[in-house]
Amino acid sequence: MSKYSVIGTRVHRVDGPEKVTGSAKYTFDIVLPNMLYGKILRSPHPHAKILNIDTSQAEKLIGVKAVVTGKDTLGRKQGIWRRFPELCDEEILCRTKVRYIGDPVAAVAAIDEDTAEEALDLIEVEYELLPAVFDPLEAIKEDAPQIHDGVELNINVTRHIEWGDVDEAFKKCDHIREDQFKCSSQAHVCMETHDAVASFGYDGKLTVWTSTQSSYYIQRLLADMLGLREGDIRVIKPPTGGGFGSKFELDSAQFCASVLSMKLCQPVKIVLTREEEFTATKRRTPMYYYLRLGAKKDGTLLAKEVRVITEGGAYTAMGATALYLTGFFSSFPYKYPNYRYDGYRVYTNTATTSAMRGFGAPQSTFVGESQLDMMAEDLGIDPIEIRRKNGMTPDYEVPGQAFIQSCGLHQCLDKIKEHIKERGKLPPNHGIGVAAYGFMSGGIFNWFDTPYAFSAALVRINIDGKVDLFTGACDIGQGSDTTLSMICAEELGVKLEDIRIFSGDTGVCPPDLGAWGSRETLMNGNAVKRAAADAKQQLLEFAAAKMGPNIVYDFDIKDQWVHLVDRPERGVSYFDIVKEAIRGNDGEAIIGRGHYTPHRKGMISPAYSFGVQAAEVEVDTETGKYKLINVTTAHESGTVINPVGIEGQLEGAIMMAGGYGFCEDQPMDEGKILNPSIADYKLIRSLDMPETKILEIDTYEPEGPFGAKEAGEGLTNPTAGAIGNAVYKAVGVRINDLPITPEKVLRALKEKGKQGK
Amino acid sequence: MKKELRLTVNGQPYELYIKPKTLLAEVLRDKLGLTGTKRGCSSSSCGACTVMLNGMAVKSCSVLALQADGGELLTVEGLASGAELHPLQKAFLDHGAFQCGFCTPGMLMSAKVLLDENPNPTKEQIKEGIDGNICRCTGYNSIIRAVTAVVKGEYKEEK
Repeated sequence: MSKYSVIGTRVHRVDGPEKVTGSAKYTFDIVLPNMLYGKILRSPHPHAKILNIDTSQAEKLIGVKAVVTGKDTLGRKQGIWRRFPELCDEEILCRTKVRYIGDPVAAVAAIDEDTAEEALDLIEVEYELLPAVFDPLEAIKEDAPQIHDGVELNINVTRHIEWGDVDEAFKKCDHIREDQFKCSSQAHVCMETHDAVASFGYDGKLTVWTSTQSSYYIQRLLADMLGLREGDIRVIKPPTGGGFGSKFELDSAQFCASVLSMKLCQPVKIVLTREEEFTATKRRTPMYYYLRLGAKKDGTLLAKEVRVITEGGAYTAMGATALYLTGFFSSFPYKYPNYRYDGYRVYTNTATTSAMRGFGAPQSTFVGESQLDMMAEDLGIDPIEIRRKNGMTPDYEVPGQAFIQSCGLHQCLDKIKEHIKERGKLPPNHGIGVAAYGFMSGGIFNWFDTPYAFSAALVRINIDGKVDLFTGACDIGQGSDTTLSMICAEELGVKLEDIRIFSGDTGVCPPDLGAWGSRETLMNGNAVKRAAADAKQQLLEFAAAKMGPNIVYDFDIKDQWVHLVDRPERGVSYFDIVKEAIRGNDGEAIIGRGHYTPHRKGMISPAYSFGVQAAEVEVDTETGKYKLINVTTAHESGTVINPVGIEGQLEGAIMMAGGYGFCEDQPMDEGKILNPSIADYKLIRSLDMPETKILEIDTYEPEGPFGAKEAGEGLTNPTAGAIGNAVYKAVGVRINDLPITPEKVLRALKEKGKQGK
Repeated sequence: MKKELRLTVNGQPYELYIKPKTLLAEVLRDKLGLTGTKRGCSSSSCGACTVMLNGMAVKSCSVLALQADGGELLTVEGLASGAELHPLQKAFLDHGAFQCGFCTPGMLMSAKVLLDENPNPTKEQIKEGIDGNICRCTGYNSIIRAVTAVVKGEYKEEK
């Protein structure tokens, strides 16, 4: 029997009943009295000077209440890397220059969306076109157009990571491979597009309801941009229709709705269209990868050198973090004694690239796992064995970078080996490819420069024993409200239905960095556990005083029973203790506080998850088309708090990461995205979805709440690499640029056929 | 020039006057306040707006409301009988067949129409039945398991 009553059990999501009945109210559904609807005018040019904006005709249109441009703002630039002012480079409402097709230049508020839309056509913007550049390899040249003043060669950020003596180590290698790869972009395609309802009142206070991954970030960034005090802005996150990395930066809907509302003192709602969502929000970072890998004959990896140039798009956004993390995770999940990474993020006149689930690691895992399979083949070693030989183990230090405590990579490799054996001899043109991966449980870095703890929670026990849990964590669908409620119930010794969670509302919840970098379970989970423990301790003091046992006894609460740990039968009801404790507290509810900020945990993250995935494909050699047959994942994320949640994360990641390998792409022509609709942007639908199998590996992470660590983004890392390796196993062609489309497979098969003759 | 529209939605008859270009999704959401029906693309590609019209699954963002004149509609709000959830809703809860929940109303309606037409679909037929609905969170397999559980009779509707 599990020692836990709540965690590890299969529960309904706490937001479940609302969501299956259509009664959950998203930002998209909010209508306020006297509310107006906003629309945003965007640049049709990839690079141009704004000479003049004439809004007079639009303002005359009946039903239009306000038109704003950059002149109506404080003219500030914002960015999420607040510690580095030069990287805060996005005005949102451009005053003098546009840098990509989709850059906002004006916004309208009107009585309905149709009128606002009509008004956009009446705004006249006079542009002076500038030469534009779209490919980072072109943008980095001396004669390329300069996208931001003073930024030489358009190099936005550089990152260098190094340990050991790489050059010396390569001399000792028996075999060295040099390979180049190209990783494509990917759209988040949240089902709810970016949206916001902003309401500025005559009291000088602004309330914003918005679909976001971080209410606190939006509150702080709006304060910076609007010149308001943080405390005069309340950001409320209603149920949110997906995020996947796209919703923790200040976006045009939030900013323009706020500017318009401040001008009118009326609520303004802006919902981005699906086309705007594809063309004018952020996206996964495309990367050019050069890899050099050196090994001994026996498969021991001695050195790795990585050079990356990323397509930054118009602004910095979180792209600087993706540049850093792709460099760090290029060393994962192996023990390279010598490693060197140089990354360059280059501005281009394309839609900005930034965070997306996996945050640089799906790219590094695709290229790294592809190359590792090539290396294994060169050396005549089994792909599983080369991974086992070099794979990370518990209590390993990535030199100067990170401390790995729990790590179940080798158990995962064993499970996948068994799985492959069970599949037996495969039919012709079938192949199974593997990829190993790891990921962080929240970032330690604080480029945002928050003065607050990374996570915080507050627990209030009311007279009827009902527990209010307040946390700034943001449930965007991944299920943090359920997972955190489970942690709270377990620690407090009550039932899940005793907990009511209030999350993502800056007006009532303590600041929290939000849902990104797979941080909620570990970081917010720790804060919640500590807050619950604090509240519990207060109850136990009353219990001890009331029951008066020998002081050597310890008290605890489990299943609503306050009892002596060594004599569980001796106890009292939780509900009775709560009533007495509150009375004894002069009527004040019991309040517990907890927070978590990682200290002395290296540079990256306090804990890492690991796994190995096997993808099976069947390739049609006539057409190059292939089917994803089965994706099996051996995965460890420490103690499993919410098993239904983890299954959902895993299967969902396969849809998204499989799409990255299989079909998702954003082709462009002169900076214009050519497929900005769900009809044209190919996603994995139910008929393409492979069978999925989960092999859960038991580990315990000392840093995590009840031993838990991340289970969200890491699962996005392996699939593209596993698919690439599977296609190679099936038909012997290697595709080095994503996505692995039938066209590319067919071309490679033809090329191979020619060489064979 | 506004036109008259008569509809029965979730058993309730309505009479409205609307502009001829008004979409069915707009009538449901903006005129009747039935915001359970979502919109994810406005081009009938994502399925979030799926409702049941005269027994068929239709994408309400691509149907003019006047095309549904005189019709019988069922939306997600009409699935449960009072406080008693529909078997599909119970199965979705048990199987974790949703995360962000934004596609869920449309997904439930597609599944409902599928089971009304064919109470014993194969796994492949279930996949086909929801192929017009995009879910970016779950990877579909939990949805397929939930629908399968209903097909197997694990959630008998209480009469």
